[in-house]
Amino acid sequence: MLGRVADQLYWMGRYSERTENMARILDVADRMTLTPQSDETRQSAWMSALEVAGALAGYEEIYGDINSGDVLHYLALDSENPSSIYSSIRTTRENARALRGSITTEMFESINATWLELRDLDSEILKSSARRPFFEWVKERAHLFRGVAKGTMLQDEAMSFMDIGLYTERADSTARLLDSKYHILLPPSEEIGGALDYYQWGALLRSLSAFRAYHKIYRDRISAVRVAELILLNAQMPRSLRFCYDRLAETLEDLCGAETLDCQRIAGSLHSWLQYRRIEEIFEYGLHEFLTEFIDGNAGVGVQLERDFMMVR
Amino acid sequence: MGITFLVYGLEGSNERLIPFDVIPRVFSAPEWDLLSRGSIQRVRALNMFLDDLYHGAEIVKAGKIPADLVFNNAYYQIQMHGLDVPGGVYAHIAGIDLVRVDENEFYVLEDNLRSPSGVSYMLENRAIMMRLFPELFAGNAVAPVDHYPDELLRNLRAVAPHATGEPTVVLLTPGAYNSAYFEHAYLADSMGIELVEAADLFVRDGCVFMRTTEGPQRVDVIYRRIDDDFIDPLAFRPESMLGVPGLLSVYRSGGVTVANAMGTGVADDKSVYPYVPDIVRFYLGEEPILNNVPTYMLRDPEDLKYALDNLAELVVKEVHGSGGYGMLVGPASTKKEIEAYRARILDNPSGFIAQPTLSLSPCPTHVESGVAPRHVDLRPYVLSGENVSVVPGGLTRVALTEGSLVVNSSQGGGTKDTWVLQE
Repeated sequence: MLGRVADQLYWMGRYSERTENMARILDVADRMTLTPQSDETRQSAWMSALEVAGALAGYEEIYGDINSGDVLHYLALDSENPSSIYSSIRTTRENARALRGSITTEMFESINATWLELRDLDSEILKSSARRPFFEWVKERAHLFRGVAKGTMLQDEAMSFMDIGLYTERADSTARLLDSKYHILLPPSEEIGGALDYYQWGALLRSLSAFRAYHKIYRDRISAVRVAELILLNAQMPRSLRFCYDRLAETLEDLCGAETLDCQRIAGSLHSWLQYRRIEEIFEYGLHEFLTEFIDGNAGVGVQLERDFMMVR
Repeated sequence: MGITFLVYGLEGSNERLIPFDVIPRVFSAPEWDLLSRGSIQRVRALNMFLDDLYHGAEIVKAGKIPADLVFNNAYYQIQMHGLDVPGGVYAHIAGIDLVRVDENEFYVLEDNLRSPSGVSYMLENRAIMMRLFPELFAGNAVAPVDHYPDELLRNLRAVAPHATGEPTVVLLTPGAYNSAYFEHAYLADSMGIELVEAADLFVRDGCVFMRTTEGPQRVDVIYRRIDDDFIDPLAFRPESMLGVPGLLSVYRSGGVTVANAMGTGVADDKSVYPYVPDIVRFYLGEEPILNNVPTYMLRDPEDLKYALDNLAELVVKEVHGSGGYGMLVGPASTKKEIEAYRARILDNPSGFIAQPTLSLSPCPTHVESGVAPRHVDLRPYVLSGENVSVVPGGLTRVALTEGSLVVNSSQGGGTKDTWVLQE
């Protein structure tokens, strides 16, 4: 397979996942602002959405002050922001268009239909009564695209590169979401106190589709350590770092065969933390430090992947 | 009715909707026999002409064509001089634009020897027709065209530089933003070859390689859909981002075949066009089966005088123009337009040719008011490599505006399926 094609598949995977993650980030920020609280806290929810999306600097350059309307527009519909939902869908579709020889017609039609529908939307969709259904729609379309891919595409090299993009992006997003909340996670020994904290934790878990899962697994009240454990180390939770890296390691092994390539080494060292460490050790090490290293290492996997497979120097 | 089908996607100006007319254009077996023999004859002669031009130029020595016309031509590639290309084939894919002016009289409008496009419409139009009207195909013996990609691949493989092993053929595209990208992807896909962009290719040790996930892979034949000027920034335009640095040196040393060859533009230039009947006679010793449109070369003072006196009846074209742009259709122009064009001609007479306004044959076409006659032309695709052949069909373009003679899709033309009935 052409290196460029592999690269486009990888980015198509990443952007289709980014679309969904952005909807999740906005959804959680929106939920956070629905509890009684000061304007300052409310603003900090939107601020943290921008941080998680890695879009704070870009936003401040254009708008300066943080307010919900502008943040929503910037992260959802702004065509100038390369990570907005709008841009991610556009990029996914552009990659898909360039890849029409490597993906199935059904996949192109699915993403193309999403794009056509999206183009007809205006800012009305971000009004407080309409946003939730809009976020749901974005997630649904992302699920559909992945489902169509799984259901129609040859499970070959092409699928592997798409999956690597998908899990790298998801791991990045999960790590950032957790990192943005690390200050409220500390100190680790204390249980979450008060309704507001509970609501904040609930929102974080919900944004990862893990609220029910938490209760199913722990059958107990929400505690910071357990939330971190679930999000970092649980092998069954599809948005946990562990889950993403199990899939990533597996896929890389399929691609690399008997050889061990450098991208595999980087991924493997991160994977071993997630596989063999206890959550207490990670807290001792420092959650923020761990997440920072993880985010950097995870980005490194992508860079090395391009060197190993795509002949990018 | 009239069906509009999506070329690809919807967004952006380079993704265009080309109207499709459901009434096919039909040729009988004898008609097609004439057309295909004539097109093949012409392409054989033009390939020999190119081979001659880049070697001894016997035809110039014989005084059949003026030297300055070919050697000063902007499309004459000095880098091709003295180079032997596999099989002596320069135009592997040629599109011959034909119009019918009388029952048994066809004129060649122009020869497209660079990188003729549109063949995907021939294939797609047929697929649509078969889906819409299966009973028509069951009841008529319409010659199939679906094997075009196979034929193309067979010919491309036949011109690989070395005979050993399975040659690797790739299709080189300018990229997803090119207006013909759909066709590039479609053809690459149906031939089962890689669709590459310039950045996917690199030159090392006198060979061309593509970057794959398993490392470099040698490339033997490049079916390129980018212009000469953009193919190698070291040899042609240094600012070109589309090209492969060093490709020309590999090509010159015989390490890779490029199809179509570079420098074919000199043979399909409008200033050379009037000489094609003589070219056929010179190389093949045969009378041309297909006629040229009578053409006045305005570099010639007598022709110039005639043309200037009769501008209102003539069609005047720029020598290097294409796509129906920059031409004057005398009978359809105002006095003011004609005078403005006259000034342009006088500025540089050798930059123009003039032809009588043809009465292009009309073909029944579905328009808003019902079925009405509209003017059509035809582009069959002639393949050279292993041998010279043409798939029974082609691209029929139709001028959808009443009375219009301009069929180019960039000027509001549409397409039709082209049927060749078997006996």
